[in-house]
Amino acid sequence: MCLIVAQCNGCNVQIGGVMKRIALRMLMGDTGKYFGIVAGVMFASLLLVQQLAMFAGIMGQMYAGISAVSADIWVMDPKVRYIDDSQPMTDGQLARVRSVEGVAWAVKLYKGTVQAKLGDGSNIGVALYGLDDATFIGGPAVMVEGKLEHLRRSDAVIVDVQSAQDKLGRTLADGTKAPLRVGDTLELNDRRVIVAGLCEVARGFQSMPVVYTTYNRALSIVPPQRKNLSFILATPKSGETADAVSARVKRVTGLAAYTSQQFIVKTVTYFVEETGVVISFALSVFIAFLIGTLIAGQTFYNFTMDNLRHFGALKAMGATNRTLLSMIVLQASFVGVLGFGTGTGFACLMGLGMRSGVVTFTLPWYVLAVTGVVVIAIVTIAAAFSLRKVVRLEPGIVFRG
Amino acid sequence: MQVQQQSAVVCRGLTKVFGTGTSEVQALRGIDIEVRQGEVMMLVGPSGCGKTTLISTLAGVLNPSEGECLVFGTNLNRLSDRERTRYRGSNIGFVFQQFNLIGSLSLRENVGVPLLLQGVPYSEAMRKADEALAKVGLGHRTEDRTTSLSGGQQQRVAIARAIVHGPKLIVCDEPTSALDHVTGQHVVELLRSVATGEGRALIIVTHDSRIYRFADRIAQMDDGKVQRIYESHQDFLAAERLS
Repeated sequence: MCLIVAQCNGCNVQIGGVMKRIALRMLMGDTGKYFGIVAGVMFASLLLVQQLAMFAGIMGQMYAGISAVSADIWVMDPKVRYIDDSQPMTDGQLARVRSVEGVAWAVKLYKGTVQAKLGDGSNIGVALYGLDDATFIGGPAVMVEGKLEHLRRSDAVIVDVQSAQDKLGRTLADGTKAPLRVGDTLELNDRRVIVAGLCEVARGFQSMPVVYTTYNRALSIVPPQRKNLSFILATPKSGETADAVSARVKRVTGLAAYTSQQFIVKTVTYFVEETGVVISFALSVFIAFLIGTLIAGQTFYNFTMDNLRHFGALKAMGATNRTLLSMIVLQASFVGVLGFGTGTGFACLMGLGMRSGVVTFTLPWYVLAVTGVVVIAIVTIAAAFSLRKVVRLEPGIVFRG
Repeated sequence: MQVQQQSAVVCRGLTKVFGTGTSEVQALRGIDIEVRQGEVMMLVGPSGCGKTTLISTLAGVLNPSEGECLVFGTNLNRLSDRERTRYRGSNIGFVFQQFNLIGSLSLRENVGVPLLLQGVPYSEAMRKADEALAKVGLGHRTEDRTTSLSGGQQQRVAIARAIVHGPKLIVCDEPTSALDHVTGQHVVELLRSVATGEGRALIIVTHDSRIYRFADRIAQMDDGKVQRIYESHQDFLAAERLS
């Protein structure tokens, strides 16, 4: 008897390899159920990736205004909750920030909304950035046409290229629309400005056109106010970290100061906590999980039930519970990987299709990680019921009619 | 327990109870039975008399509630579940009423399963499976699927699967119930030719009176007990006529 056990312990690896091949043949032999299970997991993966990628895209749009400005440190009124929450400060705050030890330089940034008059007479909201008149710090990183320095020209503005092609497009005499070009004029709050360049920016959540100009020109466009300074952009001196300097600015001036990353987190946190967007997407993810589990789980369980006699026969013929369990785990893992792969693939194709539209679709690593975890949960639940059934299976079932 | 040297299976005081309380069913009621090496023993009796429970128990598929069974000298009750499963895999072959062949596998893969479960390399298992299929007259269809076979052919594949690993004991549950008369005769002839001999034994549960003549002895069961063991099928048929 010891010999039997010893022999069999020695051959476990071979048993596993060959029986796993048979497990896959059993799985694929029932074509209808096989495709049903894969379709369930695929559908769940597709929904999960699509919803999570859109969520990630929307979150990215929430802080597009921060990404659009290249600055290490953002200083603002302590009451500011997110990038578009303007709480203007007096211009005198700039000097206070510049005086803080460790600050290499600090410049003004105006950020507000103005009305642009379109060719058909209607108005459209535009996000206006007023950059430091001397350095243009905070300006767009990618210029499509023209140069940032062209802002020095009289009444010059730089417009984001996407809006220049659609929302801010010119209306021609025959009523058709044409893209706004360098040299064209635009009316912002009834003030005439001239397009001096086109740039690329990340589209924000409200999909507003983005227009850059100098700080003082921006103030000439917006209605006069006592406080105009939206943000102060700063950078640490060499040898200092942005974290340390922003903490120091906060302590010394009483203003709020964040690194770009901290400001992004603050903005995203605001939208997560204060809006229903997370609940909405979480509900979608939960529904995808439920649908996947119900379709894949039910079909996988039916597949196991249909093959119960075969599992019973294998058990009678000498298959251990471990062998049968590994067969089922392999079957579940196989459909899980296949469903995840095809579902993610289809979602990516959808994303490519949406590339030029207003719906954002970004695929950071965590979208795939979350989807992978949910798919693992789906196939684990699907397999668990089957495993339970097979472990408890009395091999005598094969002798019953 | 005293075991005769020529005994393939010896069961003593075998009791099997299913359920508890008011739902308790006593399927086997203290059965004593011996199957000799080299013989074909048939178990007959009305439905529900415990035939299937008896072969399940003596083949180590079911645990008895009481009593014990020695199969070629090994007391299956004293083995752990894992050891009993391994013992079954190496020493016992099964032919089921409903064949239980896996439709998505070829005939040779179906037949090779008992060997694969013992860890025999795939190529060797397939070679032996081909030999077993040749023995049952299906050597030319090794790559076919079971779905393309008639009932008789499927049962022949099931027999090939039961003998491929050279088990000492083969148990068959109603092997001819799904077959016509002629095919049934051929199947039992085949079973008898490949599954008996020195150091082996064949136990067949059947209702099919047309195959009684292939039995060396017939055990008549009723109400969970072996009522009588007939030393030949003629004795059994004579007793049947008298009753």
